[in-house]
Amino acid sequence: MSDKIDRDDVSGTETTGHEWDGIKELDTPLPRWWLYIFYASIVAAVIYWVLMPAWPLANGYTRGLLNWSDRRIVAAEVHALEASRAPMFNRLAQASTADLARDPELQEFARAAGESAFGDNCQTCHGAGGAGSTGYPVLADDVWLWGGSLDEIEHTIRVGIRSGHPDARISQMPAFGRDHMLTVDQIGNVTEYVISMSAARERLQADARVAALGAQIYQEQCAVCHGATGAGDRVVGAPSLLDDVWLYGGSREEIRRQIDLGRNGVMPTWERRFDDGTIRALAYYVHQMGGGEPDVVAPAPAQTAAPAPGIDQGQGSGAGADATP
Amino acid sequence: MTQSSGFRGDASAILVILVGGAFLALLGISRAIDTPFAVQMWTMFAAFLLGGAALAWEVGKGPRQDHSSRYENGVVKAGVIASMFWGVAGLLVGVIIALQLSFPEIFYFPDFGWLNFGRLRPLHTSAVIFAFGGNVLIATSFYVVQRTCRARLAGGLWPWFVFWGYQLFIALAGTGYLMGITEGREYAEPPWYTDIWLTLVWVAYLLVFLGTIWKRQEKHIYVANWFYLAFIVTIAMLHIINNLAIPVTFGSSFSYSLFSGVQDALTQWWYGHNAVGFFLTAGFLAIMYYFIPKQANRPVYSYRLSIIHFWALIFLYIWAGPHHLHYTALPQWAQTLGATFSIMLWMPSWGGMINGLMTLSGAWDKLRTDPVLRMLVVSVAFYGMSTFEGPMMSIRAVNSLSHYTDWTIGHVHSGALGWVGFVSFGALYCLTPWLWRKQKLHSLALVDWHFWLATIGIVLYITSMWVAGVMQGLMWRAYNEYGFLEYSFVETVEAMHPYYIIRALGGGLYLLGALIMVYNLWRTATSKEPAHERVTDAPAAVAVPAE
Repeated sequence: MSDKIDRDDVSGTETTGHEWDGIKELDTPLPRWWLYIFYASIVAAVIYWVLMPAWPLANGYTRGLLNWSDRRIVAAEVHALEASRAPMFNRLAQASTADLARDPELQEFARAAGESAFGDNCQTCHGAGGAGSTGYPVLADDVWLWGGSLDEIEHTIRVGIRSGHPDARISQMPAFGRDHMLTVDQIGNVTEYVISMSAARERLQADARVAALGAQIYQEQCAVCHGATGAGDRVVGAPSLLDDVWLYGGSREEIRRQIDLGRNGVMPTWERRFDDGTIRALAYYVHQMGGGEPDVVAPAPAQTAAPAPGIDQGQGSGAGADATP
Repeated sequence: MTQSSGFRGDASAILVILVGGAFLALLGISRAIDTPFAVQMWTMFAAFLLGGAALAWEVGKGPRQDHSSRYENGVVKAGVIASMFWGVAGLLVGVIIALQLSFPEIFYFPDFGWLNFGRLRPLHTSAVIFAFGGNVLIATSFYVVQRTCRARLAGGLWPWFVFWGYQLFIALAGTGYLMGITEGREYAEPPWYTDIWLTLVWVAYLLVFLGTIWKRQEKHIYVANWFYLAFIVTIAMLHIINNLAIPVTFGSSFSYSLFSGVQDALTQWWYGHNAVGFFLTAGFLAIMYYFIPKQANRPVYSYRLSIIHFWALIFLYIWAGPHHLHYTALPQWAQTLGATFSIMLWMPSWGGMINGLMTLSGAWDKLRTDPVLRMLVVSVAFYGMSTFEGPMMSIRAVNSLSHYTDWTIGHVHSGALGWVGFVSFGALYCLTPWLWRKQKLHSLALVDWHFWLATIGIVLYITSMWVAGVMQGLMWRAYNEYGFLEYSFVETVEAMHPYYIIRALGGGLYLLGALIMVYNLWRTATSKEPAHERVTDAPAAVAVPAE
């Protein structure tokens, strides 16, 4: 374009002859290696187009010589996996508690399936290994709100708690303070009474004088569910107040707040989310975390199960909910 | 467009926009069905009122003639200051959200919902990409186009409209996010009215840029201007199509996208990937093409390479978006195209790297003595690294491991911190003494400190995210002997913890470096040394045409 040839002193390469604000451009040819890799990447792309689904057409798309379809492959793989697991899941779904108790292979499978389902569905609230957290019960101890036998745990997983399921487990702790059922002083007194009857009485140094003031309120308001002695009642899901395990925290203030606000947590129903085998596996996994209780009438089907006798310090009839058809 | 004298066409047209905007904002206030929308409309109204007042003052003062330079420098200076401000703000928000991920129990503020990760994350991305990056691009493009065309910026007051209009876009978008206003589209979260405003500003930007090129006194258009123009034109197209939406009412920020389902997903990633391609790549390559030869005082390595890689980049980039949607509901043929075009994009991207690095041939020794040049060159090295990593991650088999993991975050940041950040810092270090007419920067030692702190920061950031991402991907796909998942999601989150802390540390170092830069540039601009004139900027008595 320009008449004179301008060369760069350092490289000896010609420039294009233009200059912008002091900037010139050399007329260096394209680096060969660059060009060849560029060509190679184009060739690779064309080969890939020939082999794989690639270009849209008016109706459909070019399917490629390999007739490859991720969708089909994934569907086949999922199907194969389901098929390979099906025998074990079926065995698990049909196994009675007693069957499970004498079948180590089935137990191992149930633990693996349960752990996997627990990790991505239950662990968020109940914590790794069922460690629990404030508002979410510990599953690894032997304290159960609704019963800790395999059947009871399975039933809880199926119907959930305050979940909207027609058979959901429902208990209702009133909000004595917020709903003005008790005065602030009364709540303070009954808090002290609850502490004094629990295993926390030493730890929190319960004030016997204040506790005595709360005794009558307890009998009028709380005993109907939690029992006269505070032993709790699994039929209505009322926790025992005798131990030192507190769903909403075990400090004096936290116990008082629960009487004040009466929080009622929700656990979803998993019946429609999981198949029978997975639910059984989950129940087994939770049961073996540390606090599982033996089933009362082991071989009998659920429909004819008799109301269970008291298991620990509970009031008895722990399996009531399960026995109702 | 009229430059001065009697009737001011530019001022009148801007006034019409401001009055019209103020009227529509008032209408919006009266129709508002929720507080956040009303706040946004009040913000717009106040901005238009202020803009009108500034315009009246400017016009009342009469035509202004800057005798020290033949070019319009005021708006570029404003852009440099805005870049520094938004850069620090965006990086700070980034460090905060990195800490929120590292220590969720400490950096969680239940009483201040607007400080939640979900609100701050788009604030961070928009602040660094659009507020910082956008201001750097507008400022440098206005600077470069004038010098390489030997023409004063076209449009009279319009460049100022572009600058302040763009700041209003940032303010509306950012405050909107904090109040919970979002379209939920990646890198395009601003609501419909903010989108419309940006469209207006962007068209004005395009016209100013084209107008300047139109009246150039150079025969040929310099390569940097091709890249700037590609960036401006393509961003306009991407922005408009991705944001096609129908507002639910005129009184709220809610709108429905014109697209739905997988079409919408593809539109979003067509936009999202090309925002990377044309905003963060083409635009910043333009910066590279001016500032590296300028600072190294060497000719550009290869004109032919610049042509070939420019057109290859422009043609290929626009197809690569589907690689963000591998193994989703997107049909496999579209994934194939996305992946193969990404592979073909590798060499065109590297063409820019070669041209940037090889421009130093004959001047490599300057890297020892000039930390600004070193920053610019290292930015090109990071550009090369991330434009290799990108095509690699777009291969479907690689993507099946990397997708949704922190590897992606690491990849983005090697490009963002290493390439976009460093090339921008380099340009700002060049521009400040040039614009404020100083002989040199306040302190080259501080530039060195900035360089090393930021480099260590980047290395910590990207290596921790590589390790974290690959580990995450491997944990997600681990199965036990029965075909059940080996790890629950929360276990993978737990495993990330140390790497999140390293990442936050890296980000903190990078922020520290940026603060040092702001101090250094501020000292440079305010130093008392006598004005140092640049010969090429001197007002020319008679413009000499190109040979």
